Amino acid sequence: MTDVIAPGPARKTDLSAKRLKRRYAAEARFRAYGLLAILAAVAVLGLLLSSVVIRGYTAFTQTEIAFEIHFDQEVIDPEGSRDPATLAQGDYQLLVKRALYELFPEVTKRREKRRLAGLVSSGAGFTLRAMVTDDADLIGRRQKVWVKSSDDVDSFVKGFIDRDLPAADRRIKDDEIAWIDALANRGDVATRFNSTFFTTGDSREPEQAGILGAAVGSFLTLVVTLLLSFPLGVLAAVYLEEFAPKNRWTDLIEVNINNLAAVPSIIFGLLGLAVFLNFMGLPRSAPLVGGMVLALMTLPTVIIAARAAFASVPPSIREAALGIGASKLQTVTHHVLPLALPGVLTGTIIGMARALGETAPLLLIGMVAFVVDIPGSLSDPATVLPVQIYIWVDSPERAFVAKTGAAIMVLLAFLIAMNALAVVLRKRFERRW
Amino acid sequence: MIKKTLVAAVAAALTFSAAQAFAQSRSQIRIVGSSTVFPFSTAVAEQFGRTTNFKTPVVESTGSGGGLKLFCAGVGVGHPDITNSSRRIKISEFEKCTKVGITITEVKIGFDGIVLANSKSSPPLVLTKKQIYQALAKEVPMGGKMVPNPYQKWSDIDPSLPNAKIEVLGPPPTSGTRDAFVELAMEGGAKGFDGLEALRKADKKAFKAAAHAIREDGAYVEAGENDNLIVQKLEANPNAIGIFGFSFLDQNADKIQGALIGGVEPSFENIAAGEYGISRSMYFYVKKEHVGVIPGIAEYVAEFTSEKASGEEGYLTDKGLIPLPAAERKTVRSGAMKLAPLTM
Repeated sequence: MTDVIAPGPARKTDLSAKRLKRRYAAEARFRAYGLLAILAAVAVLGLLLSSVVIRGYTAFTQTEIAFEIHFDQEVIDPEGSRDPATLAQGDYQLLVKRALYELFPEVTKRREKRRLAGLVSSGAGFTLRAMVTDDADLIGRRQKVWVKSSDDVDSFVKGFIDRDLPAADRRIKDDEIAWIDALANRGDVATRFNSTFFTTGDSREPEQAGILGAAVGSFLTLVVTLLLSFPLGVLAAVYLEEFAPKNRWTDLIEVNINNLAAVPSIIFGLLGLAVFLNFMGLPRSAPLVGGMVLALMTLPTVIIAARAAFASVPPSIREAALGIGASKLQTVTHHVLPLALPGVLTGTIIGMARALGETAPLLLIGMVAFVVDIPGSLSDPATVLPVQIYIWVDSPERAFVAKTGAAIMVLLAFLIAMNALAVVLRKRFERRW
Repeated sequence: MIKKTLVAAVAAALTFSAAQAFAQSRSQIRIVGSSTVFPFSTAVAEQFGRTTNFKTPVVESTGSGGGLKLFCAGVGVGHPDITNSSRRIKISEFEKCTKVGITITEVKIGFDGIVLANSKSSPPLVLTKKQIYQALAKEVPMGGKMVPNPYQKWSDIDPSLPNAKIEVLGPPPTSGTRDAFVELAMEGGAKGFDGLEALRKADKKAFKAAAHAIREDGAYVEAGENDNLIVQKLEANPNAIGIFGFSFLDQNADKIQGALIGGVEPSFENIAAGEYGISRSMYFYVKKEHVGVIPGIAEYVAEFTSEKASGEEGYLTDKGLIPLPAAERKTVRSGAMKLAPLTM
């Protein structure tokens, strides 16, 4: 306010220019704040994702070792009967051990031999068993076979164990390093795509652990959740929004639904334990019960979202339909529901996404469990993806750290797929007026 | 149209669930119990599922107390067949079990050491149980009476200890590891004080209350059940000390080192020989009534107690289990195979 002495018109333009400048500056600042907020969010998200990916990507590959295996008839099938039951019982791990001892004949001490045999996964025998079951003619022959290495060797080859550390601090000792180097020099150590991770269930051995069991469990659970919560939620919302009279009772119901949406999920687990397991006698750890519990949890979310979607349909559309003689039911099913569907679907997907990440209620109904077999039906014991992540992150073996990261990526992929589906459905049903 | 199919689907799902309620058989073993025994139990379950024609048992990690509660709830397919425990069954639990008609077989599987460890970047610690008690108790005896714990630095307790803030990351009260730690280390340390020792003889309850209370002024941090997380925190903070099971020390020997307790290093050999002061036994309990009804229980017990699994060179020792002495293993195995009922 120093230039009040300036002549009239000039002062006017001067002042307005200044004010304009201030307003522009304020706007620029505001936009910068907004941009900053987004950048901060993106940076945090990037940090999170990159830490998961950096930790987890190595789990998608697995070190394998090749050596010549003698499929000794004496070990697999001493009587030569070729009976599948006998073939299944053979000590295939012994074949692997013998092959290793043959490669390194200088190893004679018992402890050293044990370490040498420990280079390969304890599941290597199962690989051989599968080969023999497929082709019984292998028996008696010699063939080069690639088998998985143990998790410690895998970590070493991937560079997670520093060979310059003092031997006492390493899980891989000097002689083991020498053996690995000798194998690597012959070109018999390779890191390959880990298909096991996508095709098997959980295991205590990191190199044999897979995510498929948990993914199938999550899928089955969510199917049950969707089948229960979507129709129930939409019907409840339709009734409350379109048919119910406005009185004290409906108000009470509305307040309760809103409260239920905020109830901590573990409470629903307790309910599931008391009603579904103890009273109805449904099986423990089953995706059926998990889905029912999660449906209870998502139901309020679905109802609230669906009601909001119904409320946003313009009243003129209802009035027009009623005006040309449609019944109330026809109005709802022909006009209101189709128009509200994108909103309903969004709400449902949000509820489902929350259900996908839930572990607390599942703890109480026994789904936080070690399950090796891949569930085949709704009543088989199963676990879900977030539980699998929890179990792996809690395991002492170092290699499970990478598995955890990989499992998180699978969970995120699941989530992105669900959200993509929501976007597609919304685009399909979206209508403008 | 869509709605009609959905309604039909829901109806189908509900009928299906009703049908499930009548399915009165179960083809796989169900195991519940301690999170400490979980890694061993799952390893045996997996091996069992792979090498036999039985289905792989399902193992839940519910904690020792939670497991025994589920186990003692009754006989029938709806109840678990086996429960793991990182402590022995209590008389009260045993009575509850027998009241509903359960015959229990106890199987001791081995030992687990509880270690206090710090990062390899700082010098190894040499502690006594008495010092552990002084560092972590809520109240310590001083000049004949109990005062709120005044020690802020390790060197306040004993000048030979490092001049660093007391900062211990340990399990929360719900954990079996915490129970065992308090019982073995804290009580053991408290006994070293004459006043407390006299109290123990006079009033056991008051002694337990004094010995079991852990300080809440920030020196002891409840770091949750996730031991891997504690290991990461120790790496980041060289002054911090963590409390966890031996298997985590075993797996992370390149990053952390165990404190010597009373001059004894927490090593496989020392724990197995019973020389290391903070170690406990682990058990599992079998419901005899289910043997023969649920397929594979006897075979699972045989697998668990075999030399191949819990012997000195067994695959469980690779997972960090410390086996029983050879003679005891033999008695345990023969008792387990006979399913000898537990009496208390």
